[in-house]
Amino acid sequence: MNPLAAIGRVFLHFLTGAGRFAIFAGRGVIHCLTPPWYPSLIGRQMLNIGYFSLPVVGMTALFTGMVLALQSYTGFARFNAESAIATVVVLSITRELGPVIAGLMVAGRIGASMAAEIGTMRVTEQIDALQTLSTNPFKYLVAPRLLAGLTMLPLLVLIADIIGVFGGYLVGVYNLGFNPTTFLRQTRDYLEFIDVFSGLVKASVFGFIIALMGCYHGYYSEGGAQGVGRATTNAVVSASILILLCNYVITGFFFGTK
Amino acid sequence: MADTPKIAIRGLVKSFGPKKVLRGLDLDVGIAESLVVIGGSGTGKSVLLKCVLGLIEPDAGSIKIDGEEVVGMRTRDRERVNRKFGMLFQGAALFDSLTVWENVAFGLMRAQGVPRGEAKARAIANLAQVGLPPEVAELQPAELSGGMKKRVSLARAIATKPEIIFFDEPTTGLDPIMSAVIDGLISSCVHDLGATALSITHDMASARRIAHRVAMLHDGKIIWNGPVGQIDHCGNPFVEQFINGRAEGPIQMQVRA
Ligand SMILES: Nc1ncnc2c1ncn2[C@@H]1O[C@H](COP(=O)(O)OP(=O)(O)OP(=O)(O)O)[C@@H](O)[C@H]1O
Ligand SMILES: [Mg+2]
Repeated sequence: MNPLAAIGRVFLHFLTGAGRFAIFAGRGVIHCLTPPWYPSLIGRQMLNIGYFSLPVVGMTALFTGMVLALQSYTGFARFNAESAIATVVVLSITRELGPVIAGLMVAGRIGASMAAEIGTMRVTEQIDALQTLSTNPFKYLVAPRLLAGLTMLPLLVLIADIIGVFGGYLVGVYNLGFNPTTFLRQTRDYLEFIDVFSGLVKASVFGFIIALMGCYHGYYSEGGAQGVGRATTNAVVSASILILLCNYVITGFFFGTK
Repeated sequence: MADTPKIAIRGLVKSFGPKKVLRGLDLDVGIAESLVVIGGSGTGKSVLLKCVLGLIEPDAGSIKIDGEEVVGMRTRDRERVNRKFGMLFQGAALFDSLTVWENVAFGLMRAQGVPRGEAKARAIANLAQVGLPPEVAELQPAELSGGMKKRVSLARAIATKPEIIFFDEPTTGLDPIMSAVIDGLISSCVHDLGATALSITHDMASARRIAHRVAMLHDGKIIWNGPVGQIDHCGNPFVEQFINGRAEGPIQMQVRA
């Protein structure tokens, strides 16, 4: 066998996949922007992503804020900079940890369930049935999920930000003995609009990525239960990697040149 | 058939990788005609239906619905053509996130914009036609037996009163009495509504009840087709082997002892 042919085949396979993904993403976006929209379907997805992810995201944010305060205290004590803790907590949470941790948790929770649900619909011919009933699966399945991801993640992250800072406050005040008023003032003083805003932009992008990867891998799953399992794994892994990649890109965009 | 056939298929070719499933298939179905396709398991009957429905893109060939070419059609036009169709999938393919009546009323509500209350009443009437009581309407598909799912799927296929109905093994998995009821329902769709039916079945008793014409698919082509009355003395050894269910004959099953 010709080794060049093997390389070529792998490369062609990769290009086919990339093209298929690009077309899928493009069609998804177009169907988000054009009517008809199905409010009840969008609402159900919003509830699923926004409301039912709250406990998971809230818990992780709380513990992240707490551990952040503890870590920075022990570190900063080495050069007598303990007073910067409040600022460190609020900036790290709003800029980075809030969106990234919420994104990764939701990728595990929602990305997986989207891929499993749509994948099962694919292998049991439910998507075919949708099409024969003159319903576009992009309108009915993909667009509501993309829209819900895009809008609900920022909301979740906003709540995660507040809970995370509250976690830092708890540890700072009750464990490390800071004055509550000073801690809150320090939290507020150095926080700028752009810190929170950049975090929310990230959240929106992550929400879109999660829903897109869930739908894409589900839509093209094949071969029964095993195929659906593979789609679920791929959805979570690819969404997580893309989240971390986009996180770097967006951070660079907002704060890179200053 | 002087006028244009409802469905006209010419030279249809479809392969999956190296496996050639359809190899230049020709088939016509006339207006208000009931055609039954028979053929061995895995010969491509379901693939044929999915090509007509636009769910599988054929490699070559032409499919005309009411004289209009549908192969390679744009999504928007495809949706318009699909409004003429009703389809019973071999595996039922019910939407498991919706209740039974929402499944049956799906086409009415989404494609035809019938209001919810009226759609529900019509769905319950459709369920009664396939022998399911109104209590079933509120159940989830997961709570049904295999045969009940099939009947719900049948009710969904005929709910929009489509011009062309495709039945992929409508009676498989049903008891003989229920099979006869379903066959009667299919016949009445054709006679009373003037629908065109393209069905697939392995059940020769059922084929004799519902078909005007029978076509046999073998090796990717239609090897025989003719009125149902001629099937017993058609002189085609393939058809005779199939309808009599003999293991010996020109059709070799791929089994090894
Ligand atoms: N999506 C697919 N990918 C690859 N091969 C496929 C696909 N769909 C069908 N095939 C192959 O095409 C052939 C025909 O399948 P099809 O489902 O049409 O059979 P059938 O005639 O309906 O059989 P049965 O009576 O058992 O339902 C089979 O050999 C199957 O392996
Ligand atoms: Mg089949």
